[in-house]
Amino acid sequence: MNPDLIKMIFGRLNLDALPLHEPILVGTFAVVATGGLTLFAIVTYFRLWTYLWREWFTTVDHKRIGIMYMILGIVMLLRGFADALMMRLQQAIAFNGSDGYLPAHHYDQVFTAHGVIMIFFVAMPLVTGLMNYVVPLQIGARDVSFPFLNNFSFWMTVGGAVLVMMSLFVGEFARTGWLAYPPLSNIGYSPDVGVDYYIWGLQVAGVGTTLSGINLVCTIVKLRAPGMTMMKMPVFTWTSLCTNVLIVASFPVLTAVLALLSLDRYVGTNFFTNDFGGNPMMYVNLIWIWGHPEVYILVLPAFGIFSEVTATFSGKRLFGYTSMVYATVVITILSYLVWLHHFFTMGSGASVNSFFGITTMIISIPTGAKMFNWLFTMYRGRIRFELPMMWTVAFMLTFVIGGMTGVLLAVPPADFVLHNSLFLIAHFHNVIIGGVLFGLFAGINYWFPKAFGFRLDPFWGKLSFWFWVSGFYFAFMPLYVLGLMGVTRRLRVFDDPSLQIWFVIAAFGAFLILLGIGAMLVQFAVSILRRQELKDTTGDPWDARTLEWATSSPPPDYNFAFTPVVYDNDAWWDMKRRGYRRPLTGFKPIHMPSNTGTGIILAAFATVMGFALIWYIWWLAAVSFVALLAVAIGHTFNYHRDFHIPADEVVRAEDARTRVLAAGAQT
Amino acid sequence: MRALKLLALLPFAALLGGCDFVVLTPAGDVAVQQRDLVVISTVLMLIIVLPVMALTIFFAWRYRQSNTAAPYEPEWDHSTQLELVIWSAPLLIIICLGALTWMGTHLLDPYRSLGRIAADKPIESKDAPLNVEVVALDWKWLFIYPDYGVAAVNELAAPVDRPIRFRITASSVMNSFYIPALAGQIYAMPGMETKLHAVSNKEGTYRGFSANYSGAGFSGMHFEFKSLSSADFDKWIGTARASGSMLGRTDYLQLERPSQNDPVRLYRSVDRDLYKAILNMCVEPGKMCMSEMMAIDAKGGLGREGFNNTLPLTYDKYARRGAPLGASPTFVAGICAMDEIKDAPSRDVLAPLDLTPLRGVGLKRPPFSPAHPSSTSLLLGQRPKSDS
Repeated sequence: MNPDLIKMIFGRLNLDALPLHEPILVGTFAVVATGGLTLFAIVTYFRLWTYLWREWFTTVDHKRIGIMYMILGIVMLLRGFADALMMRLQQAIAFNGSDGYLPAHHYDQVFTAHGVIMIFFVAMPLVTGLMNYVVPLQIGARDVSFPFLNNFSFWMTVGGAVLVMMSLFVGEFARTGWLAYPPLSNIGYSPDVGVDYYIWGLQVAGVGTTLSGINLVCTIVKLRAPGMTMMKMPVFTWTSLCTNVLIVASFPVLTAVLALLSLDRYVGTNFFTNDFGGNPMMYVNLIWIWGHPEVYILVLPAFGIFSEVTATFSGKRLFGYTSMVYATVVITILSYLVWLHHFFTMGSGASVNSFFGITTMIISIPTGAKMFNWLFTMYRGRIRFELPMMWTVAFMLTFVIGGMTGVLLAVPPADFVLHNSLFLIAHFHNVIIGGVLFGLFAGINYWFPKAFGFRLDPFWGKLSFWFWVSGFYFAFMPLYVLGLMGVTRRLRVFDDPSLQIWFVIAAFGAFLILLGIGAMLVQFAVSILRRQELKDTTGDPWDARTLEWATSSPPPDYNFAFTPVVYDNDAWWDMKRRGYRRPLTGFKPIHMPSNTGTGIILAAFATVMGFALIWYIWWLAAVSFVALLAVAIGHTFNYHRDFHIPADEVVRAEDARTRVLAAGAQT
Repeated sequence: MRALKLLALLPFAALLGGCDFVVLTPAGDVAVQQRDLVVISTVLMLIIVLPVMALTIFFAWRYRQSNTAAPYEPEWDHSTQLELVIWSAPLLIIICLGALTWMGTHLLDPYRSLGRIAADKPIESKDAPLNVEVVALDWKWLFIYPDYGVAAVNELAAPVDRPIRFRITASSVMNSFYIPALAGQIYAMPGMETKLHAVSNKEGTYRGFSANYSGAGFSGMHFEFKSLSSADFDKWIGTARASGSMLGRTDYLQLERPSQNDPVRLYRSVDRDLYKAILNMCVEPGKMCMSEMMAIDAKGGLGREGFNNTLPLTYDKYARRGAPLGASPTFVAGICAMDEIKDAPSRDVLAPLDLTPLRGVGLKRPPFSPAHPSSTSLLLGQRPKSDS
């Protein structure tokens, strides 16, 4: 066939793009393909496709979307962690002239993919998922402001994840580090598809994140239950509000900077090139103007979770609610004034460096205040050490170390000797694992009974906890040490044999974390099997304080039969104390949004368009773009957007709950 | 929890003896001062971090559910005094740390020439700094000694107790020039120059490397930094001068092509303007230097005629393919010969002669002279003449 024709049809995609020569990838593909086929077969055998499509894929219910976000995050955690294990293994064995087992071409993709996946497709979906699930319940709302947009946001995030995963088996991923600094990421030095996968994966997912941010800001601002003034919002809702404000304000910057990079790569502009007046440092500035707020986007919701958990399990009002809120807002604002601390060593003047160093340190003041607030919430409490509280205490002890090394790195002369070293790696894993991830685990254990109606098994949960916490210390304390020995990041081979022992300890730590993840998966499985014993009939298994615990576990589609009225910032605690009685009669039909498949179809076209642009298949990009527009416009003519849950159905659901509650009260 | 952490620390303690904590025990005065800042800041922060950790463990233990003897106040959620303490304690620490940061950052600004050789050794006029021009290549380091006219790949030598003035750039992508024993790092970036002032106080061989990932050969991008006695340094220069090869522009274009794990190479002579040409990205014959381009642009640019002043790119390090939808890659053709490019006015930041203002009264501002006094304003600058 005519090679020009082939090129027109397939762009630069050809059989060489399949990594058949890489045994590791072929093996991975075999495992993934077998797993995928098994899953497909099971779903088909049990005829679940219609159920999944009707009840889950097309759902606009914030609770189901939240759960799907969590599943996405946990699945991607497995991939991101596999990358971490591969890196640890390579660095533990590549000594004494050994080249390790990963060639540079593969290793460089592994560490890039690890960073990208862990931030964008693990931490972000988990955080967004929890916010999605919890926030409408906490503010007494029926759903988010824009339920369809919520479904569309989720599928765009999935689309980005699909593109990144696809790079494993079709072509390759970026070999640039997770932020893809030019000139290395520009067409001259990375002509392959890797950086294009990176760009389009993040662009597609970024649309979802931005829209979900807008959605949640609207929800929190407009849909609060009567009586819930801003200063009566639960702290998790406050931190979610701030996080989503940060998302709305910072993700467009990421979108813009990646758009500029793609212009450089696709049409030969010179924004970030060395030549023709381009300046790569502009990219570095822009990406960190997004990148630093991103850190707070992840950690603020975790702070919110710790606030809820500490108050609940100490059986006590949160100490210093007002200062907690102001601390959150101050962090939100300051997070935009610190981005330059990521590149003190690029030759900014001393005054610029000290300004950004000092603003960074100032953030530690509200963060420190938060830490003390949790501490004094525990003071004179009755602390129940259930899993969420265990994660919280582990967080408090771990996070202060990470915070301390962070402030240390904010001192520019100290950063000059520690920048890009393994000390830095240890620092940010210390705050992201010790802060964000521990928070997410606390949140998962805390809200799981709300979402599914039964608790998570405490034995496997504790096992997972101890493996994770000890694994974290074994994996990252050696990296602090190596950083002080002047070892830099992203190295593939080493020639100083005295370093090896530290890398071996770190690899052992990673292995412990593997056990932690395994125990967590077992915990889910065991809990599902033992769901009758772990059942929560009350809807309030932890004797908690906020509104989400006022409804049943799992909540009905409509969340609350009657919108609650709020008098206190611990609304549910206040209701319980005043002897609140559930209304048993007078139910009315409830107005609800209808499910729609438009979100998943739009996201599918966006993903195909991304794939086409990556491989230069121009006709496919054009077709999918036109299809995307057509479906979006077509959806505006869809008038079947809502329906009413009839009153007798509400009565049936509420009566069922009354019976369950009565049965629970007798036992 | 606590027991576990102690356990985790045990093997570390056993290992610490045999390790080379180069960041904590450096050989150069700048790195020593940076180390001091690391230590002081850590101690300052421990003042607050240790009590917090201790209180966390204590409260968690004391107010556990089973300890019914401990007081329980479920409604207690505010105390103005406590709030004052929890906001002001970190604030005080940060004020101290901030002051330390402001002074340290200015004193240890890598662009500032050195004020002393070591803590007890002020700088003297005879200590003329050694100039070294550093170029990060794919994936090796080129060091040019303009004072001696020699150059070396992947080996850097300097006499002890003599200030070194590095001028640093790169040929293709970003790297970071870092010798932990000598001084903190600074990025090496193409088309841009960064500076670093440092001094070594101890003879020995230390490790230097790139601290910013730069592609496939990054792991092998390290070199030995030899801190030599004055006599040994002269001997080293002698060896370089006696070695066979020369480094002209064509040799450089060959050298800058990607290669990994390169052996040490010495050059007995170097093209006088090579560094300047690398920095201005005009080593290739016929290419316009960036300094020239900027000078033309500052005067209003070449206007529409400038579009024609490009030539197709025939050489690039990676056989550049160009953007799929863009024009084929070109470069701007030079107008002046290399010799005509004048030096930009110096913007060196000088060390203060007297250390008194450094005690917190305020630091002298670095002298600044605009490059082109005639067209300083963006708004009022001259309009391009060729456009009219």
